[in-house]
Amino acid sequence: MEKWYLMTAVVLLGLTVRWTVSLNSYSGAGKPPMFGDYEAQRHWQEITFNLPIKQWYFNSSDNNLQYWGLDYPPLTAYHSLLCAYVAQFINPDWIALHSSRGYESQAHKLFMRATVLIADLLIYIPAVVLHCCCLKEISTKKKIANALCILLYPGLILIDYGHFQYNSVSLGLALWGVLGVSCDWDLLGSLAFCLAVNYKQMELYHSLPFFGFLLGKCFKKGLKGKGFVLFVKLAGTVVASFTLCWLPFFTERAQALQVLRRLFPVDRGLFEDKVANIWCSVSVFLKIKDILPHHVQIIVSFCLTLLSLLPACVKLTLQPSPKAFRFTLVSCALSFFLFSFQVHEKSILLVSLPVCLVLSEIPFMSTWFLLVSTFSMLPLLLKDDLLMPSVVTTMAFFIACATSFSIFEKTSEEELRLKSFSVSVRKHLPRFTFLPRIIQHLFIISVITMVLLTLMTVTLDPPQKLPDLFSVLVSSVSCLNFLFFLVYFNIIIMWDSKDGRNQKKIH
Amino acid sequence: MAALSVMTGGGSWFLALALGVTLLKCLLIPTYHSTDFEVHRNWLAITHSLPISQWYYEATSEWTLDYPPFFAWFEYALSHVAKYFDQEMLNVHNLNYSSSRTLLFQRFSVIFTDALFVYAVHECCKCVDGKKACKELTEKPKFILSVLLLWNFGLLIVDHIHFQYNGFLFGLMLLSIARLFQKRHMEGAFLFAVLLHFKHIYLYVAPAYGIYLLRSYCFTANKPDGSIRWNTFSFVRLISLGLTVFLVSALSLGPFLALPSIFCLWFKPQGPRGFLRCLILCALSSFMFGWHVHEKAILLAILPMSLLSVGKAGDASIFLILTTTGHYSLFPLLFTAPELPIKILLMLLFTIYSISSLKTLFRKEKPLFNWMETFYLLGLGPLEVFCEFVFPFTSWKLKYPFIPLLLTSVYCAVGITYAWFKLYVSVFTDPPVGKTKKQ
Repeated sequence: MEKWYLMTAVVLLGLTVRWTVSLNSYSGAGKPPMFGDYEAQRHWQEITFNLPIKQWYFNSSDNNLQYWGLDYPPLTAYHSLLCAYVAQFINPDWIALHSSRGYESQAHKLFMRATVLIADLLIYIPAVVLHCCCLKEISTKKKIANALCILLYPGLILIDYGHFQYNSVSLGLALWGVLGVSCDWDLLGSLAFCLAVNYKQMELYHSLPFFGFLLGKCFKKGLKGKGFVLFVKLAGTVVASFTLCWLPFFTERAQALQVLRRLFPVDRGLFEDKVANIWCSVSVFLKIKDILPHHVQIIVSFCLTLLSLLPACVKLTLQPSPKAFRFTLVSCALSFFLFSFQVHEKSILLVSLPVCLVLSEIPFMSTWFLLVSTFSMLPLLLKDDLLMPSVVTTMAFFIACATSFSIFEKTSEEELRLKSFSVSVRKHLPRFTFLPRIIQHLFIISVITMVLLTLMTVTLDPPQKLPDLFSVLVSSVSCLNFLFFLVYFNIIIMWDSKDGRNQKKIH
Repeated sequence: MAALSVMTGGGSWFLALALGVTLLKCLLIPTYHSTDFEVHRNWLAITHSLPISQWYYEATSEWTLDYPPFFAWFEYALSHVAKYFDQEMLNVHNLNYSSSRTLLFQRFSVIFTDALFVYAVHECCKCVDGKKACKELTEKPKFILSVLLLWNFGLLIVDHIHFQYNGFLFGLMLLSIARLFQKRHMEGAFLFAVLLHFKHIYLYVAPAYGIYLLRSYCFTANKPDGSIRWNTFSFVRLISLGLTVFLVSALSLGPFLALPSIFCLWFKPQGPRGFLRCLILCALSSFMFGWHVHEKAILLAILPMSLLSVGKAGDASIFLILTTTGHYSLFPLLFTAPELPIKILLMLLFTIYSISSLKTLFRKEKPLFNWMETFYLLGLGPLEVFCEFVFPFTSWKLKYPFIPLLLTSVYCAVGITYAWFKLYVSVFTDPPVGKTKKQ
């Protein structure tokens, strides 16, 4: 592409921001006995390197599952094993069985941070660059600006390079999946997505749109001919990739079942900690966990999740298109986040990734969503001592989006993709012209609330009777915002086909 | 919403660049800092707790005050803000005190005072020709110059990692240069005089100022062929210049080696551009031949050269060689492992951007580099790989630990000397600005 040097500069800038954030503290730093996610990842390197595969997911004297037992699918375990080999080469003390528990040193931190950077550089960043280069109907400058904004998204940077996780691997693989499937490389796309699911089971949030889109493609090609062939090939790819990843665990039935038990801990309850979803927010007023018995909780959660995502997925299957696919990814993941079982606040990243993909189409709403998603993780980030990088990266992201897309000029009905919806409503209520203005006001209220809450959480101490006041306020406010976005994205999807024709006239 | 859209509208790219680099500087706060950090903390303590008469005598710490008085006053002013962050840092006996609040204050003071640098860059952009009509923002000389100055690699790692206050000082210098370009000579001279009393290292470029102002300001017009017209000498102007404190260095050897260019400035004046060329030569000569030169002094030549680089292809070529080797020569300043990715990433960012954007700007003229220069610049890559990644694992590390430093210095010296030579030649071979000028 022309101006490749600007794209290179953007990638280098993204890498620099990532590394400077990684200079800060990580989850559980200096906090024995349990420490945090950083220690969990180090522990998994220890377990996978020193123990045979059969013992990785089982409780034993060498592998105490209560101390950060493996609860991600096998691909994470293989990745940890790979890192462990490198660690062994540099300093075996880092992964020595038992004695390396709680190991913390400057050199080790460098090593761990480097593993995140390398994984990011190999998987996530190339996918983002490719996605931006493949965007249609926009200038090179806008493509580069798009890449800049996506690479500066604070949520992913702060969790991966601050808190410490490897979300860029699973999200990157999912992104390769999206790219493959959108460009009609269906087999490779599904392979990539299967790998993503086998890296982190939370990627299942994206599975229904993938299924719906691919099924829709098969239908379009005709179930009696090419469509059927495609369906069989896809099924074969999925089965093959899963088999490959789980091969060592298929030797005994008990193995596979135990892994599944670790991946889906249904015993752990509806939610843990403060998370910005419905159950946690409602339980402020109504203690659901106490009122409903456990199995009823599961059923209610399942039904609500399914109900909220079904319309969009059905529409996608009937009218598959890459654009509808991206939007359905957003709404589906958001439905799961809001209504599903055992959701963690970091799962919002599963919604943020598809929103990044639609940044070029609805810049104003996407920027707003991505800001809220970062804000929703505030209590976690403050616990990890990441206030400064959070504020700085959020401001940088906001400035990048505001100047790249001129977001405040793009708040008309057409630009918010709400034209056909408003037209439909105006058939019954002729005076319904105030939607953009309402949305603008909501944006201002939302931003002011987020800023105020941040200031309060940082400067004030919560009252003694309500020690969790600020976390609860943050998650409740975020939940309200997310509900609004769920409604908004579903409206866009359901009223979409008429929009498509109008858009061509404007551009 | 309308107000927000005006703020973030099309003309605000400069603000976005300035804010962006400021945020990057905030991210660099937790990086390694050198002993210069303690130096400045000590000076804060000295100026805050002791009477003026003691400032240049106090020697509890090894880092005694060795900058001119204006800088001491600057530290004194800062110390009054410092007391709200951490009173303990202002105690002269708290050697090597570096609490988290002290660190925060010191880093923020550098970031905050950079505001003067941002303003100066803004003024410099006004002096750059927008002759080439390009609609594309990223190809405008103003945009390229802003990036080259605001995001300068050397300044970022010296000021915001290593720790120094060069930002606002170079701001003063660039502002005085901009004023000379804008024909506001008195302001330019005043600003430079102020600068000298902040940091005496700028004495190296004083001859350029002296001769230019004498020749092009005190003599109000030239003869048609550009030579001096003695009867236009303005005594008033000379006196007024003299009234602003004007020092000419006669101490170090370096500036004398720039003497031929100074003569050129007198006999064949080329307007503000010629002055700038001479200034850069003075700075470079002093860097190459001066006494007790720090590697950071290369910034004294690099930053003003940025202004020339967006004007002519020949200057762009010299600038790129000087900048790339000059910036690489700063690498040994950051020798800690966590900072290694930062310095490589930022260096790549600046180098790739500067070379590509200037190549694009001058794509209609002959290529910027010949094969020899290209090879030389590319050689920096293997050199870095050898020095930082291969050498530490060889057996020579114990016997000859100085080899990477030696190689770096020698390799960069070749590039800087070459740039110096080319610049020298360009001063003499460029046509003079020989029209009668009514000032």
